Amino acid sequence: MLSSQIKSNEIVFGSCNKDLLEEIIFYGIGLGADFVEIFIENADNSNVLAEEDFITSVSPSFGKGAGIRIFKDKKDGFVSTNDLTKHGLMRSVSQAIEMLDITDNKKRAVFHGLNKHRDYSLSKRKWINQVPSIHEISEKLLFSTKSLKKNNKIITRKGSYSRNLQEVIIASSDGTYVTDIRLHQTVGLNVIASEAQYRSSGSRRFGSSGMPDEFRLWDHEKAANDVFESSMNMLYADYVDAGQMPVVLANKFGGVIFHEACGHLLETTQIERGTTPFDKKLNEKIAHESVTAIDEGISEGSFGSLSVDDEGMEPEKSVLIKDGILKKFISDRAGELRTGHKRTGSGRRQNYSFAAASRMRNTYIAKGDYSKEDLINSISDGLYCKSMGGGSVGATGQFNFAVEEGYLIKNGKLTSPVKGATLIGEAKEVMPKISMCGNDLELAPGFCGSISGSVNVTVGQPHIKVDSITVGGR
Amino acid sequence: MNSREITTQISEAADSLNLKKWDYGASFSNDYSVQVDKGEAKQLKASQKQILTIRVWNQSNLVGITTTSDISDSGIKKALKQANIASDFGNKNESTEFSPLAKEPIKVNECKKRNPVGIKKLLTLLREAEVKLMESHEAIKSVPYNGLSESFFERVYANSDGAFRSYSKSQAVLYLYARAKEKNNKPRSSGSVKLGYGVDDIDIESCISEASNKTISHLNYSSIKTDKYLICFSPESFLTIINAFSSMFNARSILDGVSLSNKNSIGEKLSTEALNIYDDGLHEKNISSSPFDGEGTPTKRLCLVKRGKIDNFIHSESTARIFKTIPTGHAGLGSKVSVSTDWIVVEKSKEKYDLKTSLDHNSYEGEFVYIEELNAIHAGVRASQGSFSLPFDGWLYKNGKKISIESATVAGDIKYLLKNIVNIESTQEITTSGISPHIWVDELSITGDA
Repeated sequence: MLSSQIKSNEIVFGSCNKDLLEEIIFYGIGLGADFVEIFIENADNSNVLAEEDFITSVSPSFGKGAGIRIFKDKKDGFVSTNDLTKHGLMRSVSQAIEMLDITDNKKRAVFHGLNKHRDYSLSKRKWINQVPSIHEISEKLLFSTKSLKKNNKIITRKGSYSRNLQEVIIASSDGTYVTDIRLHQTVGLNVIASEAQYRSSGSRRFGSSGMPDEFRLWDHEKAANDVFESSMNMLYADYVDAGQMPVVLANKFGGVIFHEACGHLLETTQIERGTTPFDKKLNEKIAHESVTAIDEGISEGSFGSLSVDDEGMEPEKSVLIKDGILKKFISDRAGELRTGHKRTGSGRRQNYSFAAASRMRNTYIAKGDYSKEDLINSISDGLYCKSMGGGSVGATGQFNFAVEEGYLIKNGKLTSPVKGATLIGEAKEVMPKISMCGNDLELAPGFCGSISGSVNVTVGQPHIKVDSITVGGR
Repeated sequence: MNSREITTQISEAADSLNLKKWDYGASFSNDYSVQVDKGEAKQLKASQKQILTIRVWNQSNLVGITTTSDISDSGIKKALKQANIASDFGNKNESTEFSPLAKEPIKVNECKKRNPVGIKKLLTLLREAEVKLMESHEAIKSVPYNGLSESFFERVYANSDGAFRSYSKSQAVLYLYARAKEKNNKPRSSGSVKLGYGVDDIDIESCISEASNKTISHLNYSSIKTDKYLICFSPESFLTIINAFSSMFNARSILDGVSLSNKNSIGEKLSTEALNIYDDGLHEKNISSSPFDGEGTPTKRLCLVKRGKIDNFIHSESTARIFKTIPTGHAGLGSKVSVSTDWIVVEKSKEKYDLKTSLDHNSYEGEFVYIEELNAIHAGVRASQGSFSLPFDGWLYKNGKKISIESATVAGDIKYLLKNIVNIESTQEITTSGISPHIWVDELSITGDA
């Protein structure tokens, strides 16, 4: 039950807005829209930055807005506004109708009212009072930056925290009426180490969704040790020699290779654009038989998890690749309309000012049978990528990503640290070369920027071996 | 409500909360954009947006900040209250004040605002551009990334000391990225971006021909052998590199320990005496120019590198005070004020210099790699360490032939790169991110898979 049943000429969060939303949707359908979707957001965010032993930035922000999407045939018009009054929302509908040049309103779609109400917010309203206060956050961040001060080679220490609390209302002409509250918290540590002409850096990010206590439970000492060790290991590292070689990618954020190399190409937006080599490959082998890959939004607390997507659909667990065979694409409403692939609860957007698009959630390669040592022992001359930086995929499927912490593998053993490595390849060619998967699957949080803005995701994998890949270096 | 009324509203709300010292920056915009797919409208978009950032100084002169999109009475009061609460956590070690230049007179050029053409015209123009691009060569099968947009916005800065600045402007952007494929070859892609104050200012035909020519020029491709090469950076790619390492000239980055420079680096020799670099936010070709920064300081042309040596750093109010100089108009309003470059202009100095002037990308007959565009900057640049490893689009010139390079990266160190500049061509070219001539650098590592 909603907290009140107020009939209002303006959207009121925490109240029932059914009548007003129905009126807006009826208005759009009456003007000839095939489909009307309204996404309304109330955001309350905080960012805190600690540098060295001081809090140097506290940035709260809040705001409200609506994104209205109208479909006519396979076209869509999207209008976003900060005006949440009835007048403002109707004006946005009119604008979208006008943009789509809808003049024929005789063939009307049918709207039976918002009869499918689901409220995911009830148990979450208390979150705002349970998340740590700025004071508590500041204190813990300062502890963590202090923990990074382990020797005089560390010249820069930073800790950052970000909290996004988002209350959403989603209503559409298929009767969907959803209310939800989302909470995302991330905390990151960064250091720069320096001695003489040598410089290195280290960073780690942690994140959760829907877990107000997670920051309190975060082990800042362990995180600080990890970042410090990484920067020290890399301080005197030589540049890696470029070339083709076998690599072992570590678990957790190593999964960015799958995210960038393959995951994006399995989003229906890429089919719509004609930019994925995997279109028409459903049920065909696209990867080594050791690879099973999953995208889901249901792992409790994971950074890419959600109760409901931004189009009002509960997320499903999608097995994208099973034993090397392509089984499914990641799809949203527009993707289903334009490509025929069923929605997977993956319609996501950064905020109300973006139309939802098919986006990854928690995406990972499933665990295999091997230990990390098995993978390394199988290589006589190669590279171990312990920590990955960011990456991107180009319009023709070429991807690249930076290796933040790398070690040479010689005769089955890890040897000297190396820096400056970039992994370069093409999904179609690399996927069949993932020949061994470890038994140590772990996930890591990250942000993914694409057509519908920056969304929180997790990437993940066990340790994996790629038989051969181009390593950029010096 | 206009920006003067909002300022009055904030002033009254601050008075009612007994907040004596405040400033704010705001942006109000209306944006319209279209995308097409093989002649059909794909997505049409319109947005109305308002963003208000308020800073409040408490009785201990510590600053707090809040950002909101709610400019109602209650929203502004809430923002002021939140900023006041946040001021309890203000940075005690580095105070922030109003810019001493926030009331300096500035000239705002009103002719930069155009009238909207409307979604229907945007759609018609983009449809026509897509058709022309696809018809320009049989190998071009689609234009998967395309868009035409127009934006109308107003930016405001005001403070409790009576400073008030506002300007409004329009901007239009066209981008066309084509995808070409020939039998038994991999698909190749390239494109072009054009900016103008309005849609009618954009040279659509040249955007189409540039996108077509670039894409087609990559159809004949080959792998490159991993080695060190003589490199010619296109104006666009050299500006990408300079912008990626602009922390070398950034006083904020220096204070934060993430710059390759330090407080004493003014005068440090970085490159050949032939190299001058300016930051010129007000340059007439800079479509995105702003007459003042986030703190209200007027934007100005500033020399960053003069005859190969670091000449100036870019500053906000607080970094300028620490460095005992004046703000340079490069601040971004925030809890921690950011500092960033506007519009880089690279030129060959008029002084004596020692360059290999025979290196000209139009006529040089020896072997070299031409880097047209650098990609994945966020992944491949370590600004605090000076290193980069970046994928690029470009060509290998060898034995009088030009062949597109398939999937390669260029890697190096920014200081090494600047020191190894062997020629700066005379002709500057205007790009979307600044102005530069072609720049030649010797002995940079390229990784390919040949």
